[in-house]
Amino acid sequence: MSGDLVVIGNGMVGQRFVDALRARDPQGRWRVTVLGEESRAAYDRVRLSAFFDGVSESDLNLHTPHDGVRVRLGEPATAIDRDRRVVTTAVGEYHYDALVLATGSYAFVPPVPGAELPGVFVYRTLDDLAAIRAYADGRRVGAVIGGGLLGLEAANALRLLGLSTDVVEFAPRLMPVQVDQAGGAMLRRYVEELGVRTHLGVATTAIRPGPDGAVAALELSDGSAVDAELVVVAAGIRPRDELARTAGLPTGPRGGVLVDGTCRTADERIWAVGECAAVDGTCHGLVAPGYATAEVVADRLVGGAATFPGADTATKLKLLGVDVASFGDAHGTTPGCLDVTFTDPATRAYAKLVLSDDAHTLLGGVLVGDASAYPTLRASVGGPLPAAPLALLAPDGGGADAGALPATAQVCSCNAVTRGDVDAAIADGCADVPALKACTRAGTSCGSCVPMLKQLLDAAGVAQSTALCEHFDVSRRELFEIVQVRGIRTFSRLVAEHGRGRGCDICKPVVASILASLGSGHVLDGEQASLQDTNDHFLANLQRDGSYSVVPRIPGGEITPEKLIVIGEVARDFQLYTKITGGQRIDLFGARVEQLPLIWRRLVDAGFESGHAYGKALRTVKSCVGETWCRYGVQDSVGLAVALELRYRGLRAPHKIKSAVSGCARECAEARSKDFGIIATETGWNLYVGGNGGFRPRHADLFATDLSTEVLIRLIDRFLMYYIRTADRLQRTAGWIEAMDGGLDHLRAVIVDDSLGLCADLDAAMARHVSSYSDEWRDVLDDPDRLRRYTSFVNAPDVPDPSITFALERGQPVPVRDRQPVALGLPEVRR
Amino acid sequence: MNSTTTLDWTTICPLDRLEPDRGVAALVDGVQVALFRTADGLFAIDNRDPVSGAYVLSRGIVGSRGGVPTVASPLHKQVYDLHTGRCLDLPGVAVARHDARCRDGLVEVRLRREG
Repeated sequence: MSGDLVVIGNGMVGQRFVDALRARDPQGRWRVTVLGEESRAAYDRVRLSAFFDGVSESDLNLHTPHDGVRVRLGEPATAIDRDRRVVTTAVGEYHYDALVLATGSYAFVPPVPGAELPGVFVYRTLDDLAAIRAYADGRRVGAVIGGGLLGLEAANALRLLGLSTDVVEFAPRLMPVQVDQAGGAMLRRYVEELGVRTHLGVATTAIRPGPDGAVAALELSDGSAVDAELVVVAAGIRPRDELARTAGLPTGPRGGVLVDGTCRTADERIWAVGECAAVDGTCHGLVAPGYATAEVVADRLVGGAATFPGADTATKLKLLGVDVASFGDAHGTTPGCLDVTFTDPATRAYAKLVLSDDAHTLLGGVLVGDASAYPTLRASVGGPLPAAPLALLAPDGGGADAGALPATAQVCSCNAVTRGDVDAAIADGCADVPALKACTRAGTSCGSCVPMLKQLLDAAGVAQSTALCEHFDVSRRELFEIVQVRGIRTFSRLVAEHGRGRGCDICKPVVASILASLGSGHVLDGEQASLQDTNDHFLANLQRDGSYSVVPRIPGGEITPEKLIVIGEVARDFQLYTKITGGQRIDLFGARVEQLPLIWRRLVDAGFESGHAYGKALRTVKSCVGETWCRYGVQDSVGLAVALELRYRGLRAPHKIKSAVSGCARECAEARSKDFGIIATETGWNLYVGGNGGFRPRHADLFATDLSTEVLIRLIDRFLMYYIRTADRLQRTAGWIEAMDGGLDHLRAVIVDDSLGLCADLDAAMARHVSSYSDEWRDVLDDPDRLRRYTSFVNAPDVPDPSITFALERGQPVPVRDRQPVALGLPEVRR
Repeated sequence: MNSTTTLDWTTICPLDRLEPDRGVAALVDGVQVALFRTADGLFAIDNRDPVSGAYVLSRGIVGSRGGVPTVASPLHKQVYDLHTGRCLDLPGVAVARHDARCRDGLVEVRLRREG
């Protein structure tokens, strides 16, 4: 099969379909045209509400460009001509050999008087959310019609926008589709504690305008009224099947384009995927079944025989800070089934398991407040219980272990990966979670099954070696604890008591870094000097020709003309190649070892200090010019950057640490590409963590919002210290957070809520660092012993290294490139 | 080693001029030598890193691999056996090694002209 393929709709499922087809059709036999109604390419609608947490549009973007795929956004299809096989839009016609409908749903607005008033919104697209945000400005009270999943998300959004919020739900409980009465009651307690008022078992009979003609109140079926200057209608969704209807295609009993188990409509050239598809008559409003339909059609279009595997309606989400999960036969509709329930008013957890009449088979369940057992339970549906019911329902799901699952259990429902698939990948050599993700796609969508992947690796006996090197069997983190707890301050004692051999270029710098982090004096003191990498040994950056570069600290990138002149004079006098760095400072290249103290004498005398460009340490805190000069700036970004750089200068870490501060949301300092980045808001600072550039660029994640400077600094103190103590060798903050059990939420629990009781210790450690800081270069210049290492030849200190020579390029000295490179693997060796 | 010719011993410096488990560069008859003081004794090899061509081996980290005393190139971390000069990470790569000893508190080096 090949030819012209038209896809109508570029939502999550439409995009997934194109991705899946491209993966199966590498030769590009299908020429694909995607028609999108929205002006935006596909974005993550599941995480839509994160928009109000400060997550940007680009973070939600799901679109991947593909060769041979033409995407036409803002160009909705208006008609399908099945005879001519043409899709019409406002601007043209597109011929198809195959047509895929991925038109999704629209928000259902009940026919209530006043539903068309200004101030009434639906909650479906980024444009809807942007409109809600704009309209909420200056208003105080809002209401949401609908207490389901989307309604509660909308309620939280209104709360975040500063509106007092009411939720009106027709059913007698919140989230009626997912949870039972008792679970709903528990959920209601959480929600009302956040200040959201709920009105259950009542209908909205009218939406009333105020004197200005905009919405002002809701009238309810019990005769009461609720003030509301802004109303969000979240009363469910309906499939967008109008194109198909008009084209004469059959639809399902409750709407939706009727398709069979292969997702094909009555017209053999037309398929439907996602929420608009009524598979055997039923529409599915969740993304996982939608993805399944996308995979089925992609497979069919390349000649495969896939069929829809049935919908897993299991859901786990965090609503208003409450974990809620529902899976399988959550409402116990199976004849003769048994319920096991667990309610803990103290921890406010509710759980219910639905079992078969013989109590051996798990049919479904509901979890509210603590959903940690969800991944294992969901995967156990239809099979035997992995542990005794009470053990499974105990807080933290202590008894739930993926090792007890059968091979057919679906571990990752987003990507339909079974335990058998995971075990097979492990047998093929996948030895860690990243490998399993790459090989099976498990854990790549919502990520809730990642803990299970680890358990399955354990169950398969794959021991992840955490040994640092042949000299230490422990990881950097464990080594840190050993050094800290036992008070060991020398490498020789550490390797004698807890390792073997004489160390190497891996463990020695790690121990040097740990000792430095624990405040063990100058990095070149005593035995520590022998542990340092050459950069730390000479406090300069080794270059390819054996010369070094010098980077003085320029906090926040702010520098006086006088200091700038000194740098220029030093560079000129020592004939150093000079370049502006990406971190807003100046790098001076081509210094020979014996020149380093002479260069630094002049720099230190002019008030400069080490920039630690040579260390696994804080590098720079970059900044934009901020409110001092910029007409858009809302905070003093330079002032904060300087304060942060001076606070954390010299802090040794498992890897380099970079930071930046932007004075407004325009983000000119590129703070989100940093390990910790700060962006000013009208009322304070937003903190982002875990970003980096480099080989695998990653945007930092929003960690906390609208912080005072004091709280901001406290959180960064703890973030950095916790990172320094627990990260692996050469692990940037991004990888550290990704590898953390519980990820960002765990990190927040540790350093905001002090869940491990560590904060006082972390705070004290940072206080010690700040008070004991001293400039490494000044200390070297003051000490003849430390200065002795800066010689070209121990027996000929007056002879400069003859191998370091320069040529001129664009008016500056650069290394002469006449060295014969050694061809690796060829024996040029003398015997 | 049959064809090795040896030259005279050259005095380099007092032993206490060398930091334990660290190297220095020395100039012996015009040849750059990396000289190491380790717990296993004194070692001398060519200072030239054969992979990069830069004269930097004296600035590498000293250690051990499987009981063999080693130095790692500070540029790209290839590890060399200090006894034999053989690179333990790249087959066929090696550095020339020289003799080093301590006499009356003074470190001496004798070049080996191998070939």
